[in-house]
Amino acid sequence: MTSRARRAARLGMKSLLVLFLFLAVAASAMAGTVRGTGDLGIVVERASGRVVIIEHSHRSRIGAVDGLGDLSHASAVFSRDGRFAYVFGRDGGLSKIDLIEAKLVRRIVQAGNAIGGAISADGRLIAVSNYEPGGVKIFDAESLDLVADLPAESNGQRSKVVGLVETADGAFVYTLYDAGEIWIADVAEPARPAIRKFPGIGAFPYDGVTVDGGRSYVAGLFGEDGLALLDLWRPEAGVRRVLSGYGRGEEPLPVYKMPHLEGVTVAGGNVFLPAVGRHELLVADVRTWAEVARIPVHGQPVFAVARPDGRQVWVNFAHPHNDTVQVIDVPSLKVAHTLRPGKAVMHLEFTPKGDQVWISARDEDLVRIYDPRTLAELGAIAAEKPSGIFFTARATRLGY
Amino acid sequence: MRAALSFGLAVAAFAAALPAHGEGIDVARQSYLANLLTQDCGSCHGLTMKGGLGPALLPAALAERDDAVLVETILDGRPGTPMPPWRFELSQQEAAWLVARLREGVR
Ligand code: HEC
Repeated sequence: MTSRARRAARLGMKSLLVLFLFLAVAASAMAGTVRGTGDLGIVVERASGRVVIIEHSHRSRIGAVDGLGDLSHASAVFSRDGRFAYVFGRDGGLSKIDLIEAKLVRRIVQAGNAIGGAISADGRLIAVSNYEPGGVKIFDAESLDLVADLPAESNGQRSKVVGLVETADGAFVYTLYDAGEIWIADVAEPARPAIRKFPGIGAFPYDGVTVDGGRSYVAGLFGEDGLALLDLWRPEAGVRRVLSGYGRGEEPLPVYKMPHLEGVTVAGGNVFLPAVGRHELLVADVRTWAEVARIPVHGQPVFAVARPDGRQVWVNFAHPHNDTVQVIDVPSLKVAHTLRPGKAVMHLEFTPKGDQVWISARDEDLVRIYDPRTLAELGAIAAEKPSGIFFTARATRLGY
Repeated sequence: MRAALSFGLAVAAFAAALPAHGEGIDVARQSYLANLLTQDCGSCHGLTMKGGLGPALLPAALAERDDAVLVETILDGRPGTPMPPWRFELSQQEAAWLVARLREGVR
């Protein structure tokens, strides 16, 4: 071999080695990203326009995505594979986030003022409920391109839209706050949406939710004692008023934060709902919707969320009682425990099988994690002004 | 001398009438109030006061409104609407301080 040939061979070896090292590094980097999504979630940092990505197997923070705008009252839904979160911001922003890559895929500003959204049962459409201009806009979940615009106009006036959820039939149900109506929009043909309207449901419905696994849709009323119930198995039967007159004609207490119906579920055959202007939780039989009990609690309830097996319902409260969380014992219908997670508790989220509950304490800049069985604190995650907590298990639940 | 004194008193009285500058509200309380405004008022009016369930409270939106009406709205709420009364925790002067913050624009 000539010396030149030897040198060339050595060079070849060297570049092979470099190539090999490069491949090894690349493979290990990829191994880090190959993971499932079942234990992922996001925590909204409402004042920083950011979401933190977490995993609940080891209870750690694994990433963050910035630049999401005004996230007061932000909420999120997930793609059916749990990989993408769609975050709805107050400022009308709709952001699609890749949880695996921890990056923003696309962000659009689709309205002046928005309140939340839903993903269709088939995962192909994202619907957003807007305050300004009042209505619902529907986007392609893949591209976030607009596919339908459904103004919420009743008697010549636009209405704010709340309580938007998807049904198993591929429709969206929502409530018109100003007009006091429930609408069901069938968007099988997005260009020709078919809308069924249920007017006269009551004054100032402030939120709506599906309960009983999607069987019925219930809207809470701010302007009256009671709730409006629509049986989604038989919408032709119309909207019915339930739990009316729960205030017994007494002057309601002021409400420093509107209750939220998200998370309201059946526990032990009963539905647990926040009263409005009363420091009570209302309990109704899910079959008849007759009142079963009222449970006196620490303040104006905001969220009432059942542990996945329904054994407990955890409740947080409006300002100025918002440093407290109470745990309702479902069999006895009594407050069993009172916890003080810290200043300004905003939201509660259970892990899918109920081994943990995550609680955001906004003015502590912390998310605290408890064991619902022992009430022991399992850990905490630092976050700037955390509000909503959303786990990917929502991807597989109707109405979440 | 007397004129100077009464001028001084007038300035002091004028300053006292302007809680916008935070006289009489200590720094810790001001930071509590600022947080209350963005976070707790923000839960209905939007963190940036662009509106939510409650109307926008941006400087332009309030331009036509009297200070007195706004202070009263904050202290007594608007019965029949979700706007709650804050008198249980805010003084007149603190409500006026919040109105001043709203008029100059939050953040
Ligand atoms: C629970 C929801 C809610 C909260 C919390 C709330 N507001 Fe309001 N606010 C409203 C609503 C709704 C209105 C509109 C009332 C009406 O229709 O006249 C309003 C009206 C007002 C107005 C009058 C605006 C105008 O154009 O006349 C002011 C000022 C105001 N709010 C300030 C505040 C301040 C300051 C706070 C916090 C200390 C606060 N609000 C907290 C719901 C709320």
